Order: sequence, then C-alpha cells, then structure tokens
Amino acid sequence: MSKYLAILRIRFSNSLQYRAAAIAGMVTQFAWGFMEILAFSAFYKVNPDAFPMGFSQTVSYIWMQQAFLALFMMWFFENEIFASIANGSIAYELARPIDLYNRWFCQSAANRLARAALRCMPILIVAFIVPEPFRMSLPPNIGQFLLFLLSAALSLGVVVSFSMLIYISTFYTLSPVGVRFIAAALSDFLAGATIPLPFFPEQLRTIAQWLPFASMQNMPLRVYSGNITGSDAVRGILLQIAWLVILVIIGKLLMKSALKKVIVQGG
Amino acid sequence: MRLYLKYFSIHLKSQMQYKVSFFLTALGQFLVSFTALLGVYFMMSRFNEVAGFTLQEVLLCYGTILLAFSIAECFGRGFDVFPQMIGNGEFDRALVRPRPIVFQVLSSKMEFTRIGRVLQAVFVFCYAIPASGIVWTGDKILTLALMIICGSIVFFALFLVYAAFSFFTLEGLEFMNVLTNGGREFGRYPFSVYGDGVLKFLTYIVPLALFQYYPLLYLLGRETGIAYMLSPLMGLLFLIPAYAFWRFGLSRYKSTGS
Repeated sequence: MSKYLAILRIRFSNSLQYRAAAIAGMVTQFAWGFMEILAFSAFYKVNPDAFPMGFSQTVSYIWMQQAFLALFMMWFFENEIFASIANGSIAYELARPIDLYNRWFCQSAANRLARAALRCMPILIVAFIVPEPFRMSLPPNIGQFLLFLLSAALSLGVVVSFSMLIYISTFYTLSPVGVRFIAAALSDFLAGATIPLPFFPEQLRTIAQWLPFASMQNMPLRVYSGNITGSDAVRGILLQIAWLVILVIIGKLLMKSALKKVIVQGG
Repeated sequence: MRLYLKYFSIHLKSQMQYKVSFFLTALGQFLVSFTALLGVYFMMSRFNEVAGFTLQEVLLCYGTILLAFSIAECFGRGFDVFPQMIGNGEFDRALVRPRPIVFQVLSSKMEFTRIGRVLQAVFVFCYAIPASGIVWTGDKILTLALMIICGSIVFFALFLVYAAFSFFTLEGLEFMNVLTNGGREFGRYPFSVYGDGVLKFLTYIVPLALFQYYPLLYLLGRETGIAYMLSPLMGLLFLIPAYAFWRFGLSRYKSTGS
C-alpha cells in the first residue's frame, strides 16, 4: 500500500510544478463555462418548459464540470503510458516488483487528482460570487453533498478503469491515435460532457443511462446539482460500483493475457 | 508561390506514406466533431429554435465555422506548433534563411488529416444549403463564399497571434484556446445567442461575428444592406494588428539557445 501512496505523492508534487500553465488553464475554463451557460440560457429563454433540468441545476452542472474537468474527462490520457508501450521502456516497468495494472491505475488517478486539486478552487470561488443567474448554488443539503463526494470518487474510478482498457489495447495495436480519439469522443459524449444527459432524446437517454459512461461525470454532477436525489441517487451509485468492478476485472484479465505475449520492440 | 506548392506536395507525400494511420486519424477527426453536431441536433430538436434561428439556419453557421477553422488549421498548423519550434531552437535556423519568416513557418507543417472535419462540414452544407429555404442568387453564393474564405483568414490571424505570444512566454498559452477552439465550438450557434456583450466583443475586438452572424442575416434575407453582405471583408482588418503583434514579438525574440 505504501508504494502506491508514494506514487501518488510523486505525481502530486510533479503536477504542482506547472503553476503558470494552471493559471492559463483556469482562465480558459472559466471563459468556457461562462459561454456554455450563456448558450443554455438562450435555449431557456425560448421555452422554459422544454428545459429538462432546473436552470440553476444546469448552471451548477457546468461550473462543477469545468472545475473538475481533469477528474472526469476521458481525453486526459497519460502519454507516458502510451509511450512506454510503444518505445519499449515497459520492460523496466515489468521488472519492478509491483503490479502493472495497479501502478498505472494509481498513476492516472493521482495525476487527475493533482490537476483537479490545483485548478478547482479558483474556478469554484469565482463561480460562487458571479451575479445571478450565473452563480453556482450549494447542494440542497449535507446528505446530498456526501452522496456527491462518494459518487465523484466512484466516477473517477470508472473513468480511470475505462481508460486502462484503452491503454491495454495499445499492446495489440501499437498505433493508438485513431482509437484514442474515437473512444474519448464517444465516451465523453455519452457521459454528458457536451450536453447533460437529461437533454438527450428519450430513447437514447434510456439506453445511455445504463452504459458505463453514465457512471462517469453524469452521476456526480447531477447529484451535486440536485437533479438526482434520494433513492435514485443510491441506485445510481450502486450501478457505479457495479461498473467499476466489471471494468477493473476486464482490465486485469486483458492485461494478463497481453503481458503473456508482449514483445518488447527493440531497445 | 512555386516553392510553397513544392512544400505542399512534399508534406502531402510524406503524410501519405502512412495511409492507414492517416485515414484512422481523419476518421477520428470526423467522429469527434460528429458528437458536437449531435449535441446541436439534440438541443435544436428539443427547443425548435434559439434566439430566432431554426435548425437549418444554425447548421449553416455550424458548417461555415467548421470549414473556415479546418482550412485555417490545415495550412496554419505551423503556427499552432510554433511554441515547439521556438523551444527546440529550430526557429533560429529559419531566421538565417533568405526567405520570409512567415512563409517558412507556414510551410514547415501542414496537417491534411483535418480533411475529416472538412468532409463533415461539406455534409452539413449539403443538407443545410437546400433545406434553409434560401433562394441562392449570385449575391448569396458570393456571401457564403466570403464567409468561408474570410473566416479561415481570421482564424489564421488568431493562430498568428497565438504564435506571437510564444515569443514572450516560450510556451503555448492555453487561454488563446478560448478564441481558436472556443471560436469553433461556440460558433456552432450564431453569436447573437450569447447576448449583446459577447456579440460586441466578437465584432469589434476579435471579429469572429463579422464572418458568421452578420452575413448570415444577409443570407436569410433579414437584413438587405450591402454592409451585411461585405462584413466578412471588414474582418480581414484583423490581420493588421495580428501581423503587427507578430512583428513586435519577432523584434523581441531571444533564442532559447538549445
């Protein structure tokens, strides 16, 4: 366990080195969130009745999404991992007395956490002081907030375990750029990154809410904003746990069979 | 110009060496922007209109901005990766060659995989141009052509500004993304959707609305003034400050020395 904590610590202090980049990133995300909200408010003006969530729920959804972008977006891949498979430095990794799946899992979770921790506070502070209707609201009660924390942690697990499948697929294809783009685009869309799931048409939403992608950012953001409450939230969290377990098992099995016949490319 | 065509064919040939990878990346590009299109479609079919524009009208906007951006990115890619060029010292080599600097950066890189996005924009146009109910007379066709051509030049000028910033910072600045990628993402809807403040900003400071919102009004017959038709040309004025900033950055350039 302590070795995983060590990985976590190294990654954290590593990411904290790039503070200027973080500030530029925060400005970007703030402007981005602001534009998103303006677009949604234009739709809200057209027909408030067709709006499937409360408007302030949507605002909270967007701000939380921007603040924790690094935690939930599929497209934050670890280029180091792709590179180690393609250039053969994975040979060193295999020689270490540490399970490779756990190590990579830990590494990407830690990187995401560090990025998010660095960036979220300023965005959240600004989001709480901008004038209405752009101001972000707190969750309806403390219980809901605790559910959000639980759901966010599970969501991070699901995102990382899904991205592990993409890393492992590199063992088979060696040229992951196309696969990476497509997988990231589809999963982020189905997770509600472009528009929240309630805005999907009826049939697609019914299917999408059972897919693993709905267990990603969709759950915690909607729990926070109060769009999913009570027993619905509990059921959603159980589904998240189920997907996390399934994805980790698939990932470990695939990793095992990939490592059996891994051929290190050159030296 | 001859030299540029030569570079063009070299880049094309080199990227065609890896055909499978090329087509997969292009397909990826196509699919990535396809989800954006789906998002627009879902929103529009739920609400029917936004700020007085219907789905077909919004799609005209979407196609214009996507095509303009993709063209700019395909040819202006050299400026997009310019921070690396400064970082690894390759820019110093460009400085000693007897050719214009802008030309050299321009021809250092071209990205043809963007064809995926271009294709999608073409598909969108194929649907939206007949479905929009516009009578396509000569002046309207000219307006649409101006929107696309001037649009890609404005995006190109933004890439130039982005590159010029890296003379001072030595690395890419993420906040320029709000204007380049953000312009593409948020230009899916006519810019008036975002309210007066944003529209003014995008008219007088960074003229993205000049090739999108105003000429669109002319296309739809809501405004008939010639100024609306020719507003994309006014957007070209943005090249002047962009180029001046680039020159200013160039005069302050210090090599990284690697």
